[in-house]
Amino acid sequence: MKPIQIAEKIFDVGVTDWNIRDFHGYSTEQGSTYNAFLILDEKIALIDTVKKEYADQLLNHISQIVDPARIDYVISNHTEMDHTGALAQVMQAVGPDTPLVCSKMGHKNLSAHFRNAWNYQTVQSKDTLSLGSRTLSFLETRMLHWPDSMFTYLAEDKILFSSDAFGQHYAGPEKYDDVMGEAVMPHARKYFANILLPYSDLILKLIEQVGQMGLEIRMICPDHGVIWRREPEKIIEAYGRWSRQIPEKKALVVYDTMWHSTEKMAEAIVDGFIEAGVRARPIHIRSSHRSDIMTELMDARALVVGSPTLNNGLFPTVSDFLTYMKGLRPKNKIGAAFGSYGWSGEAVKLVNRELEDAKIQLVDSGLKIAYVPGPEQLEQCVDFGKKIAAAVLAD
Amino acid sequence: MAKYVCTVCGYVYDPAQGDPDNGIDPGTSFENLPADWVCPLCGASKDEFEQEK
Repeated sequence: MKPIQIAEKIFDVGVTDWNIRDFHGYSTEQGSTYNAFLILDEKIALIDTVKKEYADQLLNHISQIVDPARIDYVISNHTEMDHTGALAQVMQAVGPDTPLVCSKMGHKNLSAHFRNAWNYQTVQSKDTLSLGSRTLSFLETRMLHWPDSMFTYLAEDKILFSSDAFGQHYAGPEKYDDVMGEAVMPHARKYFANILLPYSDLILKLIEQVGQMGLEIRMICPDHGVIWRREPEKIIEAYGRWSRQIPEKKALVVYDTMWHSTEKMAEAIVDGFIEAGVRARPIHIRSSHRSDIMTELMDARALVVGSPTLNNGLFPTVSDFLTYMKGLRPKNKIGAAFGSYGWSGEAVKLVNRELEDAKIQLVDSGLKIAYVPGPEQLEQCVDFGKKIAAAVLAD
Repeated sequence: MAKYVCTVCGYVYDPAQGDPDNGIDPGTSFENLPADWVCPLCGASKDEFEQEK
């Protein structure tokens, strides 16, 4: 990727990571980008950097526009290393005394990442920084999605540099939402489900706050994926909708299986849902990625989890999914557990405990079947699906 | 005195420690924190805390 001019004297100098497929446990089938932005005015500002291994490429992109040593301010909207990994090399190139602008928590967190004595300049919401003919202002967005996160807003151009918010893990030839079209939304949705979901309430507050501030937004530049320039309000509206977490009449039956018995149960439970008129699908954990399951789960009302009992415990991949799901704190869900077992059958009880821990309301004490389900047991599974479907439809 | 957990970021307010960086002396119970006290980590307000189980 070459630097791209996104507005007058404003460039995306970021890089494309075509090959990343596992972003700390989130599957990125089409790679990602680490966007960084250079604003040329009487003063020159760089907003965010990139992953450490791309530092040379970032500096090369900057050099195609301006000598990095001429940069007057480096702004760090977010401490996470996909945006600060290159910071040490960048600060060396721009001059270690250059002001490094970040939030108070950014200062604290950057200091715990890098031991360099940089010229930190901390800002808080409503603080401004004049670049000459243009003025940047800052909005702290704590826990969206780290304590240090903040937005930088360029009033004259009405551009919001939104850090990870509104981003997508997507690498492609397109740089803008209008070029990519509707295909951008599934990526934005997956990003939300896997990164921002736990902070839904904060997002709703932030959207309200931005509305009250009367912030006019013509373009949103996130740190990953494409830039929103055609309809920035569309992604803000989607964030509002996703944050409210109002479920559809939909169920997911997520399971793993050892000898296909829990699988048979899962499919019969799905039959029960469908017969009762609730959209449902079985998801075999080892055939799917946890981050895709989360995206599917986002608008589901019911989560039914199946695990065989292995050595008196949960099947390990089921634990993986439950741990990941619990951390993302989905809301407004009902659920139940099921599973085949041989002689002890603890898995259903253990899944129940995890679901309760995740504040998912149990609508049944669970269904366990010894060894291989026969026709009669499969009928029980269909009825189990129907019972949960009734609870979905009762809302 | 009970500890309280921030439901947003997981920070635990421990009355024995207080929050000296923000002017809260050790020994201050959660109930006695000022109404405008916020989570020192993520800025969540007091009503977003739950008693630690």
